[in-house]
Amino acid sequence: MSFPWANHYAPKHPVMQWIDDRLPLPRLVYNAVGAGYPVPRNLNYFWNFGVLAGAALAIQIITGVVLAMHYAANGDIAFASVEHIMRDVNSGWMLRYAHANGASFFFIVVYLHIFRGLFYGSYKAPREMVWLLGLVIFLLMMATAFMGYVLPWGQMSFWGAKVITGLFGAIPLVGEPIQTWLLGGFAPDNAALNRFFSLHYLLPFVIAAVVILHIWALHIPGSSNPTGIDVKGPQDTVPFHPYYTAKDGFGLGVFLIIFAIMLFFAPNYLGHPDNYIAANPLSTPAHIVPEWYFWPFYAILRAFTVDFILPAKLWGVLAMFSAILLLFFLPWLDKSPVRSGNYRPTFKMFFWILVLDVLVLGYCGGAPAEEPYVMISQLAAAYYFAHFLIILPIISRIERPLPLPGSITEAVLAKHGEVAGDAQAVAAE
Amino acid sequence: MVRPIGALVGLGFAFVLLFSLVVGAVNFIKEPPAATAEHEFHLHPKPLALASNGPLGRFDRQQLQRGFQVYKEVCAACHSLKYVSFRDLHEVGFTEAEVKAIAKQWAIEVPSVNPDTGEPATRKAEAADKFPTPYPNEVAARAANNNALPPDLSLMTKARHDGAAYVHSLLTGYQDQPAELLKKFPDSKTGTGLHYNPYFANLNIAMPPPLVADGQVTYADGTPATVDQMAQDVSAFLVWTAEPKLESRHRTGVAVVIFLLIATGLAFMAYRNVWSGIKH
Repeated sequence: MSFPWANHYAPKHPVMQWIDDRLPLPRLVYNAVGAGYPVPRNLNYFWNFGVLAGAALAIQIITGVVLAMHYAANGDIAFASVEHIMRDVNSGWMLRYAHANGASFFFIVVYLHIFRGLFYGSYKAPREMVWLLGLVIFLLMMATAFMGYVLPWGQMSFWGAKVITGLFGAIPLVGEPIQTWLLGGFAPDNAALNRFFSLHYLLPFVIAAVVILHIWALHIPGSSNPTGIDVKGPQDTVPFHPYYTAKDGFGLGVFLIIFAIMLFFAPNYLGHPDNYIAANPLSTPAHIVPEWYFWPFYAILRAFTVDFILPAKLWGVLAMFSAILLLFFLPWLDKSPVRSGNYRPTFKMFFWILVLDVLVLGYCGGAPAEEPYVMISQLAAAYYFAHFLIILPIISRIERPLPLPGSITEAVLAKHGEVAGDAQAVAAE
Repeated sequence: MVRPIGALVGLGFAFVLLFSLVVGAVNFIKEPPAATAEHEFHLHPKPLALASNGPLGRFDRQQLQRGFQVYKEVCAACHSLKYVSFRDLHEVGFTEAEVKAIAKQWAIEVPSVNPDTGEPATRKAEAADKFPTPYPNEVAARAANNNALPPDLSLMTKARHDGAAYVHSLLTGYQDQPAELLKKFPDSKTGTGLHYNPYFANLNIAMPPPLVADGQVTYADGTPATVDQMAQDVSAFLVWTAEPKLESRHRTGVAVVIFLLIATGLAFMAYRNVWSGIKH
């Protein structure tokens, strides 16, 4: 961390001194998530979600490693081995439900984390690398989640694998050989299941490595804040520990309560009943839908229904991947020097339209491919691309932002002047 | 460079999407999707109140035992229960001796090997065995059932929307095809070997009505065995087969949530305490 007023690590215990002299790991932790990392004092609860995403990754890795001790990646017995976990393994039902719901909760907190970044302009200079690495994590998460959903080898697992790998079949000329190469056969089978299991076990550790880079890149400029203005002096920051460790501890508690309610009282609510039917290549489910966290992208994929120069399916595949890839260019599409959406009235309006638009896309992605859902998703998908690629660059050029506060401390004191005695409302805003 | 290229890509996707929208709308107006019998006559399952419902639900063991009796005497003739073991029946309240007796007297034997000749053979089921399947394989099952395959019931209440309510409504939902339906959709007459049931996805199910008369099963606990009662009991039993750990899940959940509420309350006070001197 570059702020000159950051606390310096001074080991109190001789053992820590001894370790620190030989391997400065205690120093690294102290400067990363300890008292050595100065953080803006005005962060709101939206800044909890990074830590929560880390916690969700930890839950997934721990439950996943234990589940892998009991699971059998073989097309003949995979489904039965999951039932063995549910019925005969001690607390196996808890592990599996925690892992299945944990994936959903990982996506919930990551989507809120991305929402935070989009609204408060966290992707802008000097934090572009933090944003780009975050998107890499997001892509890795999607691949991991997709392959994990295939492992129980139920109907949705099998047909989901078939549809998603079929997307590569849309590539001209080389599409079908690529699909066959990915699956290790012409349809999902034992070869596909085994490689998906192998990669599903590998990728979380790749995610953990990119998370370290993400945090490293964050520590170069330090955390942003709801005003979006830079830290000007020591009065603008507090040490991460104990201030934000305490706040994140509380946030983690709230997260775990909601997670536990879902896990213990509605563990199958977010799943699809068809995945409790063993995979059957001869019987196609009435509606093939992915897990809820892919619905917005699935809606974009299905929104292209007409061959126009290129086949409709290829348009859908290109658009679906573009919908994520365009986020990599966001720091250069939105050139407004003001970061926080709070000081950008026009941006704010279109931002909320985008949030609504993505929710509509999600709803349509989970609905059957019938009218009116297809037409709605066509409009919503068109807005999605227009928002990022046309509207946002124009806004950033013509918008007149509101006057920014002089400093973080000034903003905090002004808020307390306006909302006298109601510190909690300010913190929760 | 990024912004002009981005704008072109954005315009391209938006144009193709709006073009698709217009084509789709024109087709929709020219040829509106035809109404189907499934769409108009399919019914949503009736609500079913079971003791296991809700976040604090517990199984009604008497009902599970009655439901098991219905499974044994009616369903088991065609439907397997291959993920459930006889020993699991302890959890529904049968004693160890009763479980052993149930396994031993089970109508279908377990495949095994003749210890003298090595020829395929069968032996009596034991408590540690899974419920034996009524047919040796899918071909045999289809051959005996007019080419329909009776699904395994172990996970049925988790493998259908509305679970137990669906099973109960389906079992009690057999009826004659409404005249109104035949008038409107003359091509949708229920085929031979099929049975009209408005709770089934395509309205025509291959399974003949399994519960046809009150008193089809004689309950040991004296409960009058009406068709509705038998359907409710077997639905409750199938909730248990699909989720045998439901009670410990609910119990654990209550303890975990209480613990987390206290811990989070303490964490909140710690947070307020740490921040008390700092405006933020």
